[in-house]
Amino acid sequence: MGKIFAVTIAIIAILSAVPIVMNYWGPPADVSTHGPAIDEQMHETMWEAGISFLAAQFVLALFVWQFAGRGKNDKLKTFPGGAKGLVIAAFLLVGTEILALGVIGQKAWATVYFAPPDKNALTIQAQAGQFAFYFRYPGPDGKFGAIHPDKIDEGNQNFFGLDPEHDVDSRDDIIAGELAIPVNRQINLMMHSKDVGHSFYVRELRIQQDFVPGLDLAVHFTATKTGQYEIVCTQLCGLGHYNMKAYLTVLSQEDFDKWLKDKAAQ
Amino acid sequence: MRTKQMLLALLTLLVCPSLMFAGTVSGKVTYTGTPAKQKPIDMSKEPSCAKQHATPVTNETVVTGPNNALENVVVYVSSGAPDDGQVPTQAVTYEQKGCQYIPHVLVMHTNQELKITNEDQTSHNIHPLAKVNREWNKSQPPGTPPIVEKYDKEEFISVKCNVHPWMHGYFAVLKTSHYDVSKGSGDFKLPNLPPGKYTITAWHEDYGTQTADVTITGNETKDVNFTFKAKAY
Repeated sequence: MGKIFAVTIAIIAILSAVPIVMNYWGPPADVSTHGPAIDEQMHETMWEAGISFLAAQFVLALFVWQFAGRGKNDKLKTFPGGAKGLVIAAFLLVGTEILALGVIGQKAWATVYFAPPDKNALTIQAQAGQFAFYFRYPGPDGKFGAIHPDKIDEGNQNFFGLDPEHDVDSRDDIIAGELAIPVNRQINLMMHSKDVGHSFYVRELRIQQDFVPGLDLAVHFTATKTGQYEIVCTQLCGLGHYNMKAYLTVLSQEDFDKWLKDKAAQ
Repeated sequence: MRTKQMLLALLTLLVCPSLMFAGTVSGKVTYTGTPAKQKPIDMSKEPSCAKQHATPVTNETVVTGPNNALENVVVYVSSGAPDDGQVPTQAVTYEQKGCQYIPHVLVMHTNQELKITNEDQTSHNIHPLAKVNREWNKSQPPGTPPIVEKYDKEEFISVKCNVHPWMHGYFAVLKTSHYDVSKGSGDFKLPNLPPGKYTITAWHEDYGTQTADVTITGNETKDVNFTFKAKAY
């Protein structure tokens, strides 16, 4: 009975590793410049975690196989020298591995977070609110109008709380419900939450960043392939969370200029 | 015989004066100045609604017609007409269709039945921001039966959808059945007013209210026009 259990453990371990090794449920193709580094990091993490997982399961199966069917009066064997050395060794091994992954991984992560954006990056503001995203482009003057939370009037399409009557900078701001960006140009996305915590997640861009109310965060990225991708909120934000999404449209510079012009004319 | 006839006429007058003398107040609502540009609504987040509109719809805060006509203005008798207490038995319907509220401004009598339907393939969450009446908000998935509600106090209630931020409308709960909402031409008409002194109020969601006093003496039509000052922003 114990031996069957040991074999079952080994079989489950192998079967669960198959889809990961064969990459059955891999992420969609990456469309960003920083994506390959993240993918590589994920790949490496999966391998290391996978090997550790399999090793642990096989050791478990081995022990079950070895000591199954032990009689009531058999003496329990102990590890030579006690378990102390083994625990310290395992701790060091796993600790080093996690530390190494972290140190190598921060390179991929920091390109999005810690390096400053390019000088010619296009700055766009993303605002999350229950339960929609809105995006703001500074318009021809290159300046964003100030935000006045008391002026937010969604029924009148003033999603950002602009004051065009008194604030000249805000008059040419372009507001859209979709995020259109030019391909191969760096985007500096300023993230602002109107109410509660939300999240900006685009699988193809390999970006997932929370919106934190009261804290304006920024991420920058460059998309390398035109197309339409889904932006979803991945931070439970309330009743309509399931329906909180928008589309990212990556356009050629020409199409983007036209899109922006059309939006400005509205 | 003649006395009898006179008595009958007098009785009719007492019981139902409007049958004898039914005055009408009619007119036009216009604006001066330049109204703010109504922006097209970006519904890309809700494709099932976006595809219902061949050209994008704009927000309906200020809807204008030819010759400076102002639409969606609620014109009603705010004082003078005794509240007949007769609540219409017919329910009024507020439709959620193409991620818009139809009509944009819905007028109802206090305690009149209000039916809210969802014609869309998406869930709505209707949230009338009542301050005088009891506030509620209700989720309505596609294909569910209409929500039935009532308001017992007079109030103009801003209505929003908790799922679709651009959706916006108004409920006007009145204590009178003498009301009208100005059409595309800005025209309104309040018929069947018995003789008396009335205050007519015109209400617009962005431009505020205006009033006019009018006296109906008999079977006549009085012209009352309202002009609102448009806001550029």
